[in-house]
Amino acid sequence: MCCLNCSDDDTGYQPTAMPLDIPEIFSSNIIPPVIPTDNPQTVEGVALGKKLFFDTILSANGTKSCASCHAPQSAFTDNSPTSVGIDGIAGMRNSMPIFNLAWNYNERFAWDGKELSLERQAEEPVENPIELHSNWDNVVARLQADPDYPEMFQLAFNTSTITKELTTKAIAQFERTLISANSKFDQYSLGQISLTAQELNGLDIFLREDKGDCFHCHGNPNNPLWTNNDFHNNGLDATFTDLGLGGVTGDPSDNGKFRTPSLRNLAFTAPYMHDGRFTTLDEVIDHYSEGLQNSSTIDPLMKKIDQGGVQLTAEEKADLKAFLLTLSDPSFINNPAFQN
Amino acid sequence: MIRKILIQCCVVLCFMACESDDSGSANTSQATPTFRFTHNWDGTPVTSADFNGFNFTNANGETLSIERLRYVISDITFRTSSGEVLSTNTHHLADMSIENSLAYTLTSSIPVGNYSNVSFTFGLDNEDNSQNFTDLNSASFNVPDMLGGGYHYMQFDGKFINDNMDEQGFNYHAIRAVDNPGPNPTFPQDTFFTVNLGAISITNTSEIEIEMNIAQWFKEPNLWDLNVYNQMLMPNSTAQILMFENGQNVFSLGEVTQSTE
Repeated sequence: MCCLNCSDDDTGYQPTAMPLDIPEIFSSNIIPPVIPTDNPQTVEGVALGKKLFFDTILSANGTKSCASCHAPQSAFTDNSPTSVGIDGIAGMRNSMPIFNLAWNYNERFAWDGKELSLERQAEEPVENPIELHSNWDNVVARLQADPDYPEMFQLAFNTSTITKELTTKAIAQFERTLISANSKFDQYSLGQISLTAQELNGLDIFLREDKGDCFHCHGNPNNPLWTNNDFHNNGLDATFTDLGLGGVTGDPSDNGKFRTPSLRNLAFTAPYMHDGRFTTLDEVIDHYSEGLQNSSTIDPLMKKIDQGGVQLTAEEKADLKAFLLTLSDPSFINNPAFQN
Repeated sequence: MIRKILIQCCVVLCFMACESDDSGSANTSQATPTFRFTHNWDGTPVTSADFNGFNFTNANGETLSIERLRYVISDITFRTSSGEVLSTNTHHLADMSIENSLAYTLTSSIPVGNYSNVSFTFGLDNEDNSQNFTDLNSASFNVPDMLGGGYHYMQFDGKFINDNMDEQGFNYHAIRAVDNPGPNPTFPQDTFFTVNLGAISITNTSEIEIEMNIAQWFKEPNLWDLNVYNQMLMPNSTAQILMFENGQNVFSLGEVTQSTE
């Protein structure tokens, strides 16, 4: 592994470039991903980031890692309404799934958009008292004393001096490789398979402005992200216990707005919403059909609020659910490259 | 970041019918004018800072807020005094919430000189609307296939105080008018339109202001009643044609600033 070249910048060693393997369904439909110029993808950086992602060394007591709340088999979320940190304290938000994040063009991450890059996002959980409850000085010291990490940093970044910034850069590199683009619907879009009549009916409901009207926020067959990565109040509450984006911007008109999650991999990511309040996909559909709560910041894209929602029939709900499940990608959660 | 990419990626200039004019020699000075999009409500400037509050009253007397306003312009065209036409095959998504989307600079140059008319298309003509534009897909600006596919021309969302004095959402979404939504939609008439800005002199560096009077969308020739037309207007060809008619006088030429380099 080119160790001879790694101890001295003057040797000209460069980590091995590892451009993202962009799926056809993405390259043909949406603009390229966002890769920071100061953190290019490299083989060594991704390998380091993966090791860090799964390593409990980032937590104060060595019991939890990033993957504790972002597990591969759950499309890199967990299956709790809100995640529990190392001290057994539950947070207030549902763990967001991690995939296709390099295509979040706004570069606002987390439910409330408080993190302005993937690198910066990776900083916060380490010191959050209800998450990994550590501190970066200690984490860096532990990594520096580890028998493996200094060399891995050397290979990834041309220095064996470990810093918080390099640690989060590596984690971000790994996270950007988490690409999901092989769902049943992707295969349908590529002309490889057919959908059932029920699934196609569900797609119709999804796209009809006088039915589900899901597409204005969650995209369409020409946008394989299935999210606009924007922030909306989708009518969950009449009064807010969690201000969401408003808590970040300080603008009351942003209160109750949360980032639109992707509809990919819904089969693996229950429970749903920013606080995990809905256990099943049926509950989510019921919410939009007849459970909307009015408030001053509810998005004008929400329809028929005075009736509680878009009033889908039982058959329409079933069809919509069947379509939504075609967006799940078992090959993603089973991808060996993403496992510990 | 995203927005820069969106803007940069949507530009493909290809000049058509661009024969040499009187000043079209190889030594002719070239310019890359910038178009700046500004917005007003019957003359009062509007920016995204004015969003979300019930700050506006339309011609029908309804108090309303604006929460989202973005639209596509395309095919900017320059006509010379001798009648030659320089047509750019380009499009641009202007989003009032994204400051850097409100200025658009041609990426290919045109000869400096006096043009008898500069025009653009509001929305996309039918040929362009059948293309696959990655920037517009990324912005989730699509129209579902059962409504004819392609893209929105405009998304204008907000709330108004309805006849029951309740706040209600509206989605003034302009698309290609469509009937018979489904596998075989039909199109009663085109609803993109050409905006003529008039004569403009282009020097080395020109900035051309395009003004949108937002109030005009509700005003004439059709007095818009938000209690009648508020949501689910995409499959409503009658509403789309009313938007098309009201849109004819929404845009106008603002300041043209010139500087020499």
